[in-house]
Amino acid sequence: MKQKKKWYDYLWIVSLTYLILGFFNILFAWLGLLCFFIPLIISITKGTKAYCNRYCGRGQLFSLIGGRFGLSRRKDVPGWMKSGYFRYGFLIFFFIMFFQMLWNTYLVFAGARDLRMAVTLLWTFKLPWHWAYHGTLFSDGAAQFAFGFYSVMLTSTVLGLITMVLFKPRSWCVYCPMGTMTQLICKAKHGTSHSDLGEGL
Amino acid sequence: MVKRKAVVNIRECVACGCCMKVCPRSAIDIPKGIYAQINRELCVGCGKCVKECPASVIKLEVTE
Repeated sequence: MKQKKKWYDYLWIVSLTYLILGFFNILFAWLGLLCFFIPLIISITKGTKAYCNRYCGRGQLFSLIGGRFGLSRRKDVPGWMKSGYFRYGFLIFFFIMFFQMLWNTYLVFAGARDLRMAVTLLWTFKLPWHWAYHGTLFSDGAAQFAFGFYSVMLTSTVLGLITMVLFKPRSWCVYCPMGTMTQLICKAKHGTSHSDLGEGL
Repeated sequence: MVKRKAVVNIRECVACGCCMKVCPRSAIDIPKGIYAQINRELCVGCGKCVKECPASVIKLEVTE
């Protein structure tokens, strides 16, 4: 007995399209903000992780490539990877890198720095990406944000693909900063502390 | 025959919902976005969620 497919089971197509569009016009990267705001709005207003549970196209993409296409060893993730230290630590690291990206965007907006047409992979490797830039109607800062945001999205996809191959298809979900953050919001909203959870083990 | 039911380690659950998607009996729910809850009345112990869980926090346990 298989569960009937719903419209939201096809959102992986949107995620894939997003990644492809970034190769043609970097300004499409702005659309990725939806993947930030929708889960936050759902968790804040409803107190659930419905985004992860239903709508996350990236998770679906990993489960398709790793699960259906079998590109995954399907091994357990190591214990440290699901520990609170790593999950919250990664969230903080992600935040710091995100704010650094916002700062770089601000510098371009303010005219203190020229636009850099590069996508930074894994916070280290600067990939030339000028071919996806055809000018902007707005400030150069709008383009700088697009390059920065696409870097975040591509980096997390690459990390997710690596852990998909090494461990279970959706291993990314274990340390996904958005997932950790929305779970944290849900905990705060429902007033559940970590010690409460220990009781129910 | 031994009956088995899925049990979630709620402390390590990341509430991603992979188990919920794969459950053929729709016995899993994540009501508060914190951890997955398994309806023991509906669970038949098939173990699909155990295999799917990316954090490997679901185990099958023998019940009476």
